[in-house]
Amino acid sequence: MDTPHPQPRIAVQHRTRRISRRRRIEAINAYIFMAPAILGLLFFTLGPMVASFLLSFTDYNILTDPGWNGLANYEKLFSDKLFWQSLKVSAIYSIVSVPLGLTVALGLALLLNHKMRGILFFRSVYYLPTVISGVGVAMLWRWLFNGDYGIINILLRGVGIRGPNWLFDETWALVALIIASLWGVGGTMLIFLAGLQGIPQELYEAAEIDGAGRWRKFASITLPMISHVTFFNLVLGVIGALQVFTDAYVITGGGPNNATLFLSVYLYRHAFQYLNFGYAAAVAWVLFLIVLALTLLVFKSSPLWVYYESERPGRN
Amino acid sequence: MSVRSASLRFWRTRRGQTRKASLAVLVILLAGSTLVLIPFFWMISTSLKQASQVYLSPPIWFPNPPQWGNYVQAVTRVPFHLYAWNTAIIVGLVTIGTLLSCSLSAYGFARLSAPGKNFIFMLLLSTLMLPGAVTLVPTYLLFNALGWVGSFLPLIVPAYFGSAFFIFLLRQFYLTIPRELEEAATIDGANVYQIWWSIMMPLSYPVLATVVVFTFVGTYNDFFTPLIYLTDESKRTIAVALSYFQGSPRIGPQMHLLMAAVTISIVPPLILFVLAQRYFVRGIVMTGIKG
Repeated sequence: MDTPHPQPRIAVQHRTRRISRRRRIEAINAYIFMAPAILGLLFFTLGPMVASFLLSFTDYNILTDPGWNGLANYEKLFSDKLFWQSLKVSAIYSIVSVPLGLTVALGLALLLNHKMRGILFFRSVYYLPTVISGVGVAMLWRWLFNGDYGIINILLRGVGIRGPNWLFDETWALVALIIASLWGVGGTMLIFLAGLQGIPQELYEAAEIDGAGRWRKFASITLPMISHVTFFNLVLGVIGALQVFTDAYVITGGGPNNATLFLSVYLYRHAFQYLNFGYAAAVAWVLFLIVLALTLLVFKSSPLWVYYESERPGRN
Repeated sequence: MSVRSASLRFWRTRRGQTRKASLAVLVILLAGSTLVLIPFFWMISTSLKQASQVYLSPPIWFPNPPQWGNYVQAVTRVPFHLYAWNTAIIVGLVTIGTLLSCSLSAYGFARLSAPGKNFIFMLLLSTLMLPGAVTLVPTYLLFNALGWVGSFLPLIVPAYFGSAFFIFLLRQFYLTIPRELEEAATIDGANVYQIWWSIMMPLSYPVLATVVVFTFVGTYNDFFTPLIYLTDESKRTIAVALSYFQGSPRIGPQMHLLMAAVTISIVPPLILFVLAQRYFVRGIVMTGIKG
């Protein structure tokens, strides 16, 4: 039957054709492998994206057919004080919670990578909050931050501090949400931990023989070897922070007096409370452009600080 | 001789340092754990109180006798078994779909070359940055046109079409695996599908376990999607049902019942995590061959 074995006599003549045939087969395989992603992109992302882009130039409100109104939504948006407020809230939250979260997560991952009895128990403990993130934990936080009977203020009272009425205080509500976000740092920590455990121990042993200290090993081996993980966590951290919804919606509902009015909450209000779908689409597009700009910035900077093993010279 | 005694000294001091470091690590970890666990403790403590004990100052830490009946009430005042069944179907099918579609796609992006691949990957990455809200309305209209609103399909089917989040994670991991293994397998006559299934999948257990944990937790806790698509009360998932407890006259105002319901709701992801820990350990042993 079909025997694809090369004929030695005509090998030179057919080499280029065989390579291009192999390329074609590889490309077909590549498309088969990537098929789920490509189809998903078309049906669940790009298609709806284009549709929502078009919607952002309309006054669509679900009940009546969309009518074209040009840039009216965007003009309204930039003169809306609440939009600027939501931009401010999201910016403050992101600038504080992302670096803080990454640092805490990496610190914990380093501690939890320590070879020690009972380390699995500690890993479970620190991951626990992430496991139950969502509506349940949001309800728990409401109870924890309760000004009179919440455990946080009870404990603060124990050390002589009169805690604020967290969720009903314009200054402290956002702080409360940042604290809540730190509690759920376990996901980021877990990815760091997986990265740390992928570092070959021989590197450390070699460095120790060369007389490297703890800090030197961390700076010259650990950080570069997990830089792709840090990169991943940073990208997702920024994107996640700019899209926080469940916590803001369930814990504070955007209040008090819009002090925790995240962009996503602002958008939700316009879409599902006022049914301004055209306007909400415009908000979503502005949000997307901000996220895109920030992420491109991180990506553009990545060759400076991200290291991949299979890109090491002489490995390919 | 001198080299040997020097190395002996080296190991002795190193071991001494390790022990001291372990103690410091233990102290920090214990302190942190307390901070992490207090909210859970407070939740369970509240869930075991009588209604009259919830708002007491100073608080009761260990309610005596514990009101185990709160848990019975939390699950019998509402059809909790129904919510649990709905959640199980959705989470199970979403997890399987995500694992298969994402590891397949990730391998294609990491290792195979095809015209336009990098462009598609950049597109995929930009969807990672896409606020879910952007596609929300048109996606809803699409599922509505298909007649799927009210069924589990809008929640399950997208999982079989990859998720940028996990494809990126898996691709990044595949990139760190040395190519030599695949080259050796190719010489032995394996095709790309066999390489994907027999080499990349087993090697990526730690990441796959992470994907399972994240998918399970994400789907289990997902609030927004089921709220929009599962209009029928009998189709509610646990997360959505939980959100209704807050406002429902049967459970809502009673903090002890609410906390009992929240406590019950965290048990399934908790069990999964305990099980997945083993996969992490196994994956680490298996990846130990590289270097």
